[in-house]
Amino acid sequence: MTIQTSLGRRGFVVGGATVAGGFSLGFSFPHATAQAAEVQEVNAWVVIKPDDTVVIRIARSEMGQGTLTGLAQLVAEELECDWSKVTTEYPTPGENVRRNRVWKNFSTGGSRGIRESHQYVREGGAAAREMLIAAAAAEWKVPASECSAANSVVKHGSGKTATYGHLAAAAAKLEPPKEVKLKDPKDWKVIGQPLKRLDTRDKLTGAMIYGIDYKMPGMLNAAVKACPVNGGKLKTFDAAKVEKMPGVKKVVSVDGNTVAVIADTWWNAKTALEKLPVEWDVGKSGNVQQDDITALLKEGLTAKEAFVGNKAGDVDAAIAGAAKKVEATYAFPYQHHVTMEPLNATVLYTADKCEVWCGTQNGEAALAAAAEAAELPVAKCDVYKLMLGGGFGRRGRADYVRQAVLIAKQMPGTPVKTLWSREEDMLHGLYHPTTMCKLTAGLDAQGNIVGLRVRISGQSILASLAPQSLQNGMDPATFQGFMPSGPEAAYGYNIPNLLIDHAMRNPHLTAGFWRGVNVNQNAVYMECFMDEVAEAAGVDPLEYRLKYLKPKYAAVLKAACDKAGYGKPLPAGHFHGISQVMGYGSYVAGVSEVSVSPDGVLKIHKITAATDPGYTVNPAQIERQIAGSFVYGLSAALYGEITVKDGVVEQTNFDSYNVMRMDEMPEVDCALVPSGGFWGGVGEPTIAVAAPATLNAIYKATGKRVRELPLMHQELKKGA
Amino acid sequence: MAVLNVNGKSLQANADPRTPLLWVLRETLGLTGTKYGCGIAQCGACTVHIDGVATRSCQVPLSSVSSGKKIVTIEGLAQDGKLTKIQQAWLDNDTPQCGYCQSGMIMAATALLAAKPNPTDADIDAAMTNICRCGTYKQVREAIHAAAKA
Repeated sequence: MTIQTSLGRRGFVVGGATVAGGFSLGFSFPHATAQAAEVQEVNAWVVIKPDDTVVIRIARSEMGQGTLTGLAQLVAEELECDWSKVTTEYPTPGENVRRNRVWKNFSTGGSRGIRESHQYVREGGAAAREMLIAAAAAEWKVPASECSAANSVVKHGSGKTATYGHLAAAAAKLEPPKEVKLKDPKDWKVIGQPLKRLDTRDKLTGAMIYGIDYKMPGMLNAAVKACPVNGGKLKTFDAAKVEKMPGVKKVVSVDGNTVAVIADTWWNAKTALEKLPVEWDVGKSGNVQQDDITALLKEGLTAKEAFVGNKAGDVDAAIAGAAKKVEATYAFPYQHHVTMEPLNATVLYTADKCEVWCGTQNGEAALAAAAEAAELPVAKCDVYKLMLGGGFGRRGRADYVRQAVLIAKQMPGTPVKTLWSREEDMLHGLYHPTTMCKLTAGLDAQGNIVGLRVRISGQSILASLAPQSLQNGMDPATFQGFMPSGPEAAYGYNIPNLLIDHAMRNPHLTAGFWRGVNVNQNAVYMECFMDEVAEAAGVDPLEYRLKYLKPKYAAVLKAACDKAGYGKPLPAGHFHGISQVMGYGSYVAGVSEVSVSPDGVLKIHKITAATDPGYTVNPAQIERQIAGSFVYGLSAALYGEITVKDGVVEQTNFDSYNVMRMDEMPEVDCALVPSGGFWGGVGEPTIAVAAPATLNAIYKATGKRVRELPLMHQELKKGA
Repeated sequence: MAVLNVNGKSLQANADPRTPLLWVLRETLGLTGTKYGCGIAQCGACTVHIDGVATRSCQVPLSSVSSGKKIVTIEGLAQDGKLTKIQQAWLDNDTPQCGYCQSGMIMAATALLAAKPNPTDADIDAAMTNICRCGTYKQVREAIHAAAKA
């Protein structure tokens, strides 16, 4: 058990060890103490202690996806260190600012932890290795070229050896090499290995400190309630009604739209908040109904004006001249992240300093938000990252950090933890955007696609979160999976005449990045429709896709189908559906095996994935990301739906926003088929193939095309 | 002032008797391994053992457990740093992702294996209704089977 004692302001307790200044995982020391005499920072990425412990600095945030371990593998590969002695720590975003962004980007989203930092973190490991070798060569007065490093030991041809722990102090004083040569992938020993995660043990004993668990001496706790209608304001509240309740210290207004009760414990704060009389000015969105949102999106399906995301040839002429036309309209609801750990941040604000302890996917954005809310220079603020109880995109935005600072600002000198209830979290999400999609294909007499028209109508994430990033009003991210080219999310089919456009229609809820983002619904639209077109052409969906897919897409789809035994006999009543997509730099495909009972009960027996992420840094963790992605994607497909009544989100907790549990978990199989030469992400892309593969299998089982999610509203019973 | 038997120790808890055990553990006693996920007994993140029964502590008022009932939390499983065979199976199988739900998962699995040392998949489905948003269900199932064999 951890009990807070008399610690200084920046001190806190993790599992009984007092540390200061930053947060580290696995009981290593943070940067501030890492510079103490006995611990040597060889360079920004590598700290080596006299006992040979190697502390690898990780800038990205660990939230379950395994990036902490994967990034450490990349550094360790080049460092030539003993993996059994590797631990990790987070530098703080403030330290990154002070050191001219030596750790570069902290942002952890878009499956980019590894794929966007593999080069410079490997270079960091290689530079540290060269410095350790140079230190040994200097000590032995031999040329560095006669020395080599392996397993945390430098060796010379004469038989001399020195450990990294011994050499670190001298190495730290050397100039870093100007250039380093990275290993050829064929020589990798650590990258590509199914190594165990570095952060597991404390998660099994209750010792891991998540943001919600953080404690400080004299800390108070805040419970918050924002105007239930997004965009509305706080009118009045009657603090006198609750000020005498147990533990209550203060009732405060926050940002003109939120009220917070600050108390000794969060339970007391929440209990008082529930009794607090509050009046809201719900504003113009207070009368928005779900039907209004549906109507808004429907109108966009046929609107004249739209942003063009992908265009080839003359689609209208091609479809007009086609022998056969296939048309379908799909709809995708709002969905919620529901991170298991509700949002929270602990803040200590004084007139000249603001410090934040929280789980965040973007430490730098959290720092910027804290400085802005505190009205202090960034140099007087810092953010100490704690373990995230899930992120999925929700913790990429610093709205909860900003709010926590605005609350703590009203209690200068007293640390305040602000924690959202699950109900508050449901009401004030950054929802996966809702869209609809109308697809029209023209086929020639032989069943070949001569033209494809795709109209997306619905909400833009950038318009909600970063309107300054819109390009002449257009949100390019809307076209994820439909993009004409690029390494991110390019469309896989060669179709001669093509038009994919987006009529932006933005309801009042805030849309956000939600694991998988726009690839998810775009894959449902395209991959389910492809099955419809294949059927119209009288061709098997796999064979039909292979006529149009580019080589890497085709290879991964074939790999998934081979692994699943697509086309081979299945148990009676079982059916396969397939899908494929490219997202986050990786090529993925899925095969779902389902049955539907005569009275309409769906069972997903097995789902098989194939993934080509270029290089596989840790196949064991990739397999876990794939299985987890299926849970996330199938939870959304089965149950995920946020609806609005009188401007307010209707779902309030897991009783009204269901997710998949263990009894519904299908068997998962996967084929990792890395083709080399590129670095793709693995945390998200597989989500997108879960729903369309399953919907395509449901069609085969029932003859029903499900074009609207979630599945819980769909009647799958025979004859219904 | 209530006196609770938590992890074999007698602890004093100064809180309103209506306070849920979850918040007494977390805020009064500082045992933060037991997690808040929903507050309505849906997600299982707050699962503890009360007299050996896996119980969602967010729905248990302090007043109902202050009469000598034996409460065991995640912090009470490993003894002197030695993991239980279930925790060890979790470790060997690299089970957690973010890990936030795993305290509750392990408490539920521990109660399951105490009642049924060799659970079937159907037993696991029935007993393990905890929510994991990272989606570790496959690894949890494998770890339970591995622990049963250990």
